[in-house]
Parts: sequence; C-alpha cells; structure tokens
Amino acid sequence: MSAAFLVESLIALLILTGAFFTLAGSVAMVRFPDFFLRLHGPTKATTLGVGALLVASALYFSWHEGEVRSQDVLIMLFLFMTAPVSAHLLAKAALHLGVDCQNDLPRKRPDGAGWSGASAGSAPIESALDAGGRSDEAG
Amino acid sequence: MIATALQIAFGAVGAALLLDLYRIGRGPHLPDRVLGLDTLTYNAIALLTLAGLHLRQDTYFATSLVIAMLGFISTVALSLYLLRGEVIK
Repeated sequence: MSAAFLVESLIALLILTGAFFTLAGSVAMVRFPDFFLRLHGPTKATTLGVGALLVASALYFSWHEGEVRSQDVLIMLFLFMTAPVSAHLLAKAALHLGVDCQNDLPRKRPDGAGWSGASAGSAPIESALDAGGRSDEAG
Repeated sequence: MIATALQIAFGAVGAALLLDLYRIGRGPHLPDRVLGLDTLTYNAIALLTLAGLHLRQDTYFATSLVIAMLGFISTVALSLYLLRGEVIK
C-alpha cells in the first residue's frame, strides 16, 4: 500500500466527514423545534464539518505542491474562534426578544418561591429579561 | 477516489445551502433568519473549499477568508441590532 494511496484515502475520508457534518448541521437547524435547540446544529456540527473540509484542502495542496500550505488552517482557526462568539450573541438577542422561552419553564413552587432562587415574588422570565436589559445598558 | 468523494460532498453541501434558504425564508422569528444567514456563509466557505479542490487551484482561500470575516461581522451587527436597536453606540 503506497503512501499516495494512504494520503488520498485520508483526504477522501476528511471530505466525506466534512460533508456529512455540514449537512447534519443544516438538517438540525431545520428540524429542531425551538430556537435555542436550532442554535446547536450550526454552532457545533457545521463548524466541525467546515473545519474537516479545510483540513482536507490543506492536506491536498500540501501533498501536491510538495510544501506546506497552511492558509486553510488559518481560515479554520478564524472560524473556530468566531463561531462561539456569534452563537453567544444570537442567544443573547433571542433571550432579549423573548423568543421561544416562555413555554417549557417549570412552574413555581406553591409556597411562592421562584424556581431560580433569585426571582422570588415575580414572574421568573420577566425578571430575568429585566436583569438582562439593565446589565446591557450598564455595560 | 477524491473525485467521487467530491461529487458526494458537492451534493451534501448544496442540500445544506437549500435547507439554510428554507430557514431564512420560513423564520419564524428574526434570530432564526440571522442564524440561517450565518450558516449560509459557513456553507459558502465549504462550497468554495470544495470548488478549489475540484479545480485544483489553491487561490480560493482569500475569498473564503473574506467571506468568513464578512459573515462574522454581519452576524454580530445583526445580533446587536436585535439586542439594542442600534449597532454602534
């Protein structure tokens, strides 16, 4: 078994893995029922898939040119650094708008204490949103 | 072997792009549309990488880098707009 065959198998495997995870991320974004679940697919699966495709590209060109080509690794590092930041901001925006977060919260206890501890006496989700708004204006 | 894998990957990434377009058009909320736009830029980078492998040209990385930066900045700007109603204070 030659080295060329091994490298080509590795590149083909990376391409197939990347394509599978990219498709899985988009399917998750379409199929999951609410926004905070939908956020999981693109943030993790799509990032992993695109990263695998970029590693495959870097390997392919390094093998064919006979020297190290690392530009694709640069793009991969950029994506791995920025994906959590944009997902965090999207989740924050959705919390601020109150998207999809009223339905599935557990009920408060009968003695009136709030389930989150910090929000006894008022509706939990509204106080959480108020606190979020205040900290945003302060910061 | 790489050519066959590339054909399958082109199909998968193309289907992913169509699913992103569905989520952008359907909504139902504004953050969903922004999330679809973010995923669309990711899949555009994947498609460009595959095109570079198919055409055996390694000059597509600059385009991918520009798309990655524009996608990140546009996602952050749209999220801040949804969060505060203004992008820059």
